[in-house]
Amino acid sequence: MWEKKPLLLIALATAAILVGTTITMVLPFAWVNTETDRIASVTPYTPLQQEGRDIYIREGCNNCHTQTIRPLVTEVLRYGDYSKSGEFVYDRPFLWGSKRTGPDLARIGGKYPDAWHYKHMDSPRSMVPKSNMYDYAWLRKSTLDPVMSERKMKVLGFPYTQEQLAQLKGKNELDAVVAYLQKLGSDIAWRKAAEVTIVGELKNPYPDTAHRSMEEWEVIYSEHCAACHGGHLEGEIGPHLDGANYTDEELFSLIFNGIPDGGMPAFSSLGTNKVWKITNFVKYYVQGEDHP
Amino acid sequence: MEKPVYNTDIVRSFVHWSLLWGLVAILVGVIVSLQMVEPDLNFPPYLTFGRLRPIHTNAGIYGWGVGVIFATFIYMVQRLCKTPLWSNKLAKFQLWFFNATIIASAITLLLGYTTSKEYHEMEWPIDVMVVILWVVFAVNILMTILKRQEEQMYISLWYMMAALVGVAILYLVNAAALPVSLFKSYSAYAGTNDANVHWWFGHNAVAMALTAPPLAMFYYFLPKTTGVPIYSHRLSIIAFWSLIFMYLWTGAHHLLWTPVPDWVQTLAMAFSVMLIAPSWGSVFNGYLSMNGQWHQMKENYLVKFLIIGLTFYGLQTLQGPMQAIRSFSAFIHYTDWVPAHIHMGTMGWVSMISYASIYYLVPRIYGRELYSVPLANMHFWLTLVGQLVWSISLWVAGVLQAGMWNATNSDGSLTYTFMETMVEMYPYWWARAAGGFIFFLGIIIFIYNLFMTVRKGKDVVAPIVTAAGRN
Repeated sequence: MWEKKPLLLIALATAAILVGTTITMVLPFAWVNTETDRIASVTPYTPLQQEGRDIYIREGCNNCHTQTIRPLVTEVLRYGDYSKSGEFVYDRPFLWGSKRTGPDLARIGGKYPDAWHYKHMDSPRSMVPKSNMYDYAWLRKSTLDPVMSERKMKVLGFPYTQEQLAQLKGKNELDAVVAYLQKLGSDIAWRKAAEVTIVGELKNPYPDTAHRSMEEWEVIYSEHCAACHGGHLEGEIGPHLDGANYTDEELFSLIFNGIPDGGMPAFSSLGTNKVWKITNFVKYYVQGEDHP
Repeated sequence: MEKPVYNTDIVRSFVHWSLLWGLVAILVGVIVSLQMVEPDLNFPPYLTFGRLRPIHTNAGIYGWGVGVIFATFIYMVQRLCKTPLWSNKLAKFQLWFFNATIIASAITLLLGYTTSKEYHEMEWPIDVMVVILWVVFAVNILMTILKRQEEQMYISLWYMMAALVGVAILYLVNAAALPVSLFKSYSAYAGTNDANVHWWFGHNAVAMALTAPPLAMFYYFLPKTTGVPIYSHRLSIIAFWSLIFMYLWTGAHHLLWTPVPDWVQTLAMAFSVMLIAPSWGSVFNGYLSMNGQWHQMKENYLVKFLIIGLTFYGLQTLQGPMQAIRSFSAFIHYTDWVPAHIHMGTMGWVSMISYASIYYLVPRIYGRELYSVPLANMHFWLTLVGQLVWSISLWVAGVLQAGMWNATNSDGSLTYTFMETMVEMYPYWWARAAGGFIFFLGIIIFIYNLFMTVRKGKDVVAPIVTAAGRN
């Protein structure tokens, strides 16, 4: 019957297509981005952050970086608290991505200080030698357009002030990207909540010289710390390090939990063993001494 | 009855242009695969991975995939309806508007005008062009069907009509945006809603553009090639209706474990597994149509392309549902496994069927015998080997990567940093680039063979008999 009536076939096919469409695509609008999943502390992007987001889109960053953390143990360990629907209400379009050639960025905000991002965007491989990310120093050459930015804010319905727009004048595209990255995932206070308290007494497993292995520890230090604190602890993005200023326990805790408000990431995901090795490397490293 | 005069000129043109865009898509694919292993091959601002990858995917889907759809649908619809195309003028307009759309897409994407939505990156003015293009095409095909001289509509026509409607609905809904300027717009949906709408589009674009149309081609060109009809009409009816009904529920399997409502994810997972049935309905129908004809796999290069293409479809529709299961998705999603899956579909299924269709068309629309069957066989093997190298290397890479991402120490900490897992990918990424290059060689030989067919192929004496066998 329908095999001889094209209009009937089209009507039936359309109906078949619309059933699943209505239930799985239209219906969720009744719950998503409503009071049900609202998070009060989540705020819209400022003009500078939104410009950064638009540059992120323009350069196709989402082709290599995702922005959604799944509620899975290793994922939360690696990237931070899992993503919640209410955190994305101001995201047009969504930028969750589909492939992690590079790491997830949903909670990159506040992980590093601005200086880290500038250095990394200028030349990713200067900090992460084997990275396949290319340089974005050229973003510094382009400036932002407050007129366009105001139009964007109006279309998006985001609040803004003339002062914020005026501030765009002196900024370049890289400033905007860094401002955007620093906002990502930081609207909820997850970093404080994720801090780990080690129960019991902290005991340095490498108490004396017989246990020391500066060569091995230096490899770990170089990989995780040198990009900010320098190969010789001289400091660059982060401060110069002098192990004598801290007790073993203080140093361990600082590295393990980071300094959430100070731009120092937590290294708890490395495990206590590696953190102790870094602690001891910093502790017993002597400036000027030749370390292989 | 007098034999109607079919429009073959327009089919020729669509074959030419889709081949060009296919060549571009594959070449850009090889380039971006090298950019991933060698960052110095990125030349900002225009020639970077971030900007070129959408050109690769969109040239592949809209230039190559849709170009072949245009060529084959216009060819098939006239013969299945025993009537000439409804409007040759409209088809001519469609051809040039198609090329204008593809060129405009490539230029704007290079300039960084993108919505960032995967497989739908083009900004709103190009969305408008795509909609015009599709409406023009759909009207022409539907009007041709309405004035057909053959009452019964063959299976291929069902899939064609479903694709015409399906693509229109998907594209229109997902394109909804608030324009800021000619080159910038914001999605009409926000956050989680945007994600859910987008993957409803993304997954079903695969259904309506890269599954239904190649099935239409397969159901038409396989019997034409082997000279034996499709095994079961009833099976094709069941497979068709269940396929187009079930597909639309599955988009959220791209979003398992994300903030999209749980029940949407669960439905997507369930329907994805159920989709094995209609997918394999077509696969079985194809295989069983070869009853008593399997010797043609050895003798007829066209059958090889069609049956191996169908086999990739079968594998794709088993692997896909497997990935749509929560536990497996938790492990494998976001790794290199996923592009390996997609490319088995595009390089194995869609391209193999497209190659077969064009091999079938060219001798008939030019009245020339194929220039070289050995070259066609070589093309087949390069395509097969290229695709297998491509996908197998990244499946291995994906499992390795997933294993490393999930590895923990006895104290519950992570064993590997992200970079430690990434550097392990380089050898596999090199292998993938090699696979892509082999595949690229295949299409070069293909195009050379077709070029020589048109230039130097022997004239066909009616009725058309090609190296492919009886007509």
